[in-house]
Amino acid sequence: MQSDLSTSFPLRRARVHEVCGSGAMGFAAVCVAQMQGDVLWIREVWRPEALNPVGLNAFFDPARMLVAQVKDQTEGLAVAEEALRDGALPLVVVELSQPLDLTKGRRLQLAAKIGKSTGLCLIPEGMGSNAAETRWQCTPFFNPAFDPADSTLQRWEIIKNKSGTLRAWHVRWDAASRRLHVVSPAGKRPGSQDAPD
Amino acid sequence: MWFPRLASDRVLRTRLIEGPFALTLQENNANRLYCLNMQAEKQGLHRGMSYSDARAFCPDLQSRPADPIGDQQFLHVLRRWAARHYCPWVGLEGGDGLVLDITGAAHLFGGEAAMLTDMRQRLSRAGFAARIGLGDTRGAAWALAHYGEGYAAPGQALAALQTLPVAALRLDNKTTIALQRLGLRSVGDLAGAVRAPLARRFGPEVLMRLDQALGHQPEQIAPLAEPPHYGVRMTVPDPIGLYDDVMAGTARLLDQICARLKAQETGARVLCLTLRRVDQDSQTIELRLARPLRDPRRILPLFERGVRDVDAGFGIDQMRLEATQVEPLPVQQVSHVSSGRKDQLDDLVTRIGTRIGLENIQRFLPADSHIPERSFLIAPAAYSDPGGPWVSLRSRPLQLFPPVPVAGTGPRPPKRFRWRRMSLTTARATGPERIAPEWWLVDDNWRSGLRDYWRVETRQGRRLWLFYTPQNPGWFVQGEFA
Repeated sequence: MQSDLSTSFPLRRARVHEVCGSGAMGFAAVCVAQMQGDVLWIREVWRPEALNPVGLNAFFDPARMLVAQVKDQTEGLAVAEEALRDGALPLVVVELSQPLDLTKGRRLQLAAKIGKSTGLCLIPEGMGSNAAETRWQCTPFFNPAFDPADSTLQRWEIIKNKSGTLRAWHVRWDAASRRLHVVSPAGKRPGSQDAPD
Repeated sequence: MWFPRLASDRVLRTRLIEGPFALTLQENNANRLYCLNMQAEKQGLHRGMSYSDARAFCPDLQSRPADPIGDQQFLHVLRRWAARHYCPWVGLEGGDGLVLDITGAAHLFGGEAAMLTDMRQRLSRAGFAARIGLGDTRGAAWALAHYGEGYAAPGQALAALQTLPVAALRLDNKTTIALQRLGLRSVGDLAGAVRAPLARRFGPEVLMRLDQALGHQPEQIAPLAEPPHYGVRMTVPDPIGLYDDVMAGTARLLDQICARLKAQETGARVLCLTLRRVDQDSQTIELRLARPLRDPRRILPLFERGVRDVDAGFGIDQMRLEATQVEPLPVQQVSHVSSGRKDQLDDLVTRIGTRIGLENIQRFLPADSHIPERSFLIAPAAYSDPGGPWVSLRSRPLQLFPPVPVAGTGPRPPKRFRWRRMSLTTARATGPERIAPEWWLVDDNWRSGLRDYWRVETRQGRRLWLFYTPQNPGWFVQGEFA
């Protein structure tokens, strides 16, 4: 099972990916944790919720992160394109609030290709762009087996994949070792009937 | 060169006031006269007099508040003028005088007398009362400027100072009075007196000043260093308008300015490129850099975006580049460990900064507080360095919201609640973790007192951070875990 996730999970480089769902923030944090080097996180100023670096510390060192506060989505996309094209940062995370049309998505994709850096768009549910390399849907999942030290069990599902199949996994982040574990939850386990995980 | 009425002259230059005029300064709870003009002095007023007394003596006295700092700055302006005009070796003398070493410069004006005339003419045209003394030594010149106004021929300092009072030797008031009581009223008397008893009585100060004035002891003039100026400009014979031409001009200016920055071991933080068009309109491109820089090859591409936006109109005929903000940037050892990636990141931050503002690119710094919202600081990335260790003793949510009230009673988390139009069921709750407000800081959000934080796992999957305020019972959602 693990090998299966590894075909698509450390996100393909030099591409732009999308993630939606209520666990999207955690997905982005895991992506950052798996990269080396600094990360630019682009978010719009008006958003009421704030990133909590103390919480992010369970995933990666917040000193690696730069936050760009942008006025609106257009400005955010411009900054993202500039940063992706430059290639100084291996990962650029953009929080989007409106759907991307094909042109904008494609522009980001080209910029990522030139700069060889990875882009990740956090999108609202159902607002994906056709240009995205993969689209993930992440939802937290209640785990009946009690373990207070554990982080939330997440269900990650690829809902769009330009070069691969669609699958779903249950994963859990281990804050102590800073590793991602694929787990098989009790009961129904989509797409992993035979995995001896 | 002494300006006896520098402060009032400076004010009167800008507004012409007839009649007695004085500047007042608040000193020890009393308004005292700081500087007055000629007419006011004729009325019998003097410096240090209280303002109300002065008004009693002279009812039509006009006054303004004094600005000693402005006067000092103006004296520096005069110093620069003198250094440009007369000789390179110009220092300040007290708060109202300049000292010029005109050795080797007087012949340019046709001799010392002609030079003095020139100085007087220019200063009086500018509206300044100036008294100028010229002598072999700094002491003699000072004495002549303040007490005699004249010119001591080389080697004849004693002859010129003979009749001046002892105060002309830059002695303090107490010593002057004591010398006068001994009958030593003039410099001539003092020079003729026996030295040993004088030294015993007054210490070395008096004789040192006398010797300095007469040239037996050297005294230096300390010229102030010109502050480095980081501005260059270029005028082109024919107006230019093409992007490449403007960039080429910028490159030339940048080379010059970077050479200056390098000589001073500084780096530019803010650069201003002013492009003047033939129709006298000018446009300024401000470039704020994420790190102090002085490498023209790195700075030039950062101007590209700004230059592209310029409207050249009928053409640009003058370009001016100035480093308006510089920071020390010592020369660094080039090492084999490449810092290329770091430089690239700084350039990227600069480029994004030109688009969204440099202060909008931020980084998190740890802060020492238990209050979740205050456990980190947000600082502009360009003006801060990544901060020390992040410590979290307990797990903290990934996102923080402004607290949202949810329905619930009692100190245990509610079994079911609605949040963001979702109905959630509590499956498991871990807590409480009690956090007390920081009473030494006023924070409206913490008015409700203590908070008991609970980590609530909902049956729907989400893990939320709820708190209960026991002092003002109520339940709130403040964060979400990942």
